[in-house]
Amino acid sequence: MRSSLSVDKTPSRSGLDIAKIREDFPNLGKSMRGKPFVYLDNGATSLKPRQVIESEIRYYEEYCANIHRGVYEFSEIATEEYDSVRSKVARFIGAPEDGHVIFTRGTTESVNVVMHGWGRKNVGEGDVILISEIEHHANYVTWQQLAQEKGARLEFIPARPDGSFDLSGLDALFEMPVKIVAVTAMSNVTGYKPDIKTIIDTAHRHDVPVLVDAAQYASHHTVNVAELDCDFLCFSGHKMCGPTGIGVLYGHERMLADMDPYMYGGDMVVRVKRDTSTFKPLPERFEAGTPNIAGVIGLGAAVEYLQGIGMDAIAEHEAHLIEYTLSRAAEFPDLVSYGPADHSTRGGIFSFNLGDVHSHDVGSILDQEGVAVRTGFHCAQPIMRLFGVPGTVRASMYLYNDTDDIDMLFEGLDKVRGIFNR
Amino acid sequence: MSYEEDLYKEIILENYRSKKNKGAIDGADFHAEGANPSCGDDLELFLTVKAGVIERMTYEGIGCSICCAGANLLCESLTGRSFDRAREIVAQFKGMLLEEQEPDFEDEISDLEAMQGVKKYPVRIKCALLAWNTVEGILNNAE
Repeated sequence: MRSSLSVDKTPSRSGLDIAKIREDFPNLGKSMRGKPFVYLDNGATSLKPRQVIESEIRYYEEYCANIHRGVYEFSEIATEEYDSVRSKVARFIGAPEDGHVIFTRGTTESVNVVMHGWGRKNVGEGDVILISEIEHHANYVTWQQLAQEKGARLEFIPARPDGSFDLSGLDALFEMPVKIVAVTAMSNVTGYKPDIKTIIDTAHRHDVPVLVDAAQYASHHTVNVAELDCDFLCFSGHKMCGPTGIGVLYGHERMLADMDPYMYGGDMVVRVKRDTSTFKPLPERFEAGTPNIAGVIGLGAAVEYLQGIGMDAIAEHEAHLIEYTLSRAAEFPDLVSYGPADHSTRGGIFSFNLGDVHSHDVGSILDQEGVAVRTGFHCAQPIMRLFGVPGTVRASMYLYNDTDDIDMLFEGLDKVRGIFNR
Repeated sequence: MSYEEDLYKEIILENYRSKKNKGAIDGADFHAEGANPSCGDDLELFLTVKAGVIERMTYEGIGCSICCAGANLLCESLTGRSFDRAREIVAQFKGMLLEEQEPDFEDEISDLEAMQGVKKYPVRIKCALLAWNTVEGILNNAE
């Protein structure tokens, strides 16, 4: 799992001007525990550029009003801004219609909207829900609970010991009564990117829909739902330079048409009679109540920001960083890293353990050195069982990270060794 | 004091590495489990009691250095104590980390004071206290 490649320290391949990008992120100029702040916890949430922060401030300071309700100018502006973000997001993910984009609180809610609205209606006793052992709890527990409720069962796309998929027997899995496949496009623990297209095409040959958890993938890669032909795609704003509390559910029209709303209330109804109501068409039918207007506006600014830089350039930059990281890791014989050795199947996530030191201790010492990483099981206990460890240290990268950040991580690891080997 | 002195001082690392009180006891009189879901710490405690006194106490499980050091210190300091005295020691230890109480442990268990520095690191307090909170379940439910 270790690389012996020698990599040029200058991340020039992607052509990104990292120093200039870093100026957009006010957090990056701060210090933590008295040390220059090194942020390597992007898998948990990304930092926010000034452009996103300012877009939210502008809404609150200049045209704060509810949407789809007021007859006055500021409500009109807020409504226009809100609706324009739906178009921006639709273009960002290649959705054919704005109405196929539903705003949620985040990936977790997106998966739950599908589980409640489509799953409860379509999954029954004896049916199979096909997921994997590398899923985040959001795309695992949700389906596990539906299976329990309906007397259905979970089955798993086979995973190898390194957390990658063995798709050789994929077709045969559909001899079982599979009702839906729910799978990640990028593991939040290893950065592994499964061959989603093959999974979708195979499922569709058997008339089975596929939900893609793109919480990690969408913030770092170009996504095109039309080319992928997925049935649902879920992601969060806060992992892609946007605000917390806003996420997206993309649904194919045929799936959304077959879904019940998961929440009822204002802004989603056309007419309410004494005993019955009629609901608005897509997408408002799925957005009851006053939405997170500022969050949506911030998400729009984040999408514009990322598009201005270029998703392909971001992915390439991170591919360089993970390659550099794995080459540095090879200098540490007591470091075990998790995930496939093949860089080309991985995004910018580096999960590891150092000797027998508990991940929490590693994270605590790195914190004191100004380096922010995640430790523990990363809301993904099934993959920890696969690796046979209680937790890992995870360094996850984004567009503003550079090789200096990675060097700081490894300097911190030297410190960990110094403390635990004395 | 630096974090190395607060969190990773020699006494804490020694207790973390000590195997003396590690492992399950077959046929233990008391057993309890505790976990910190957010960090993956997961411990089990085993106690044997003779004539109202804790004769042997061990722990087993997975935890960071602070969690395991806390568990080992707990076993060391409660062995040979009555439940009443054990409750007092637990209360004093928790008081040291959760309140403003200055520790005043008897010489034999004064190593417990080594954990006082953890107080400066709020996220680690729950690590230090996992075994101590877990044993309370046994002590408070026993006659």
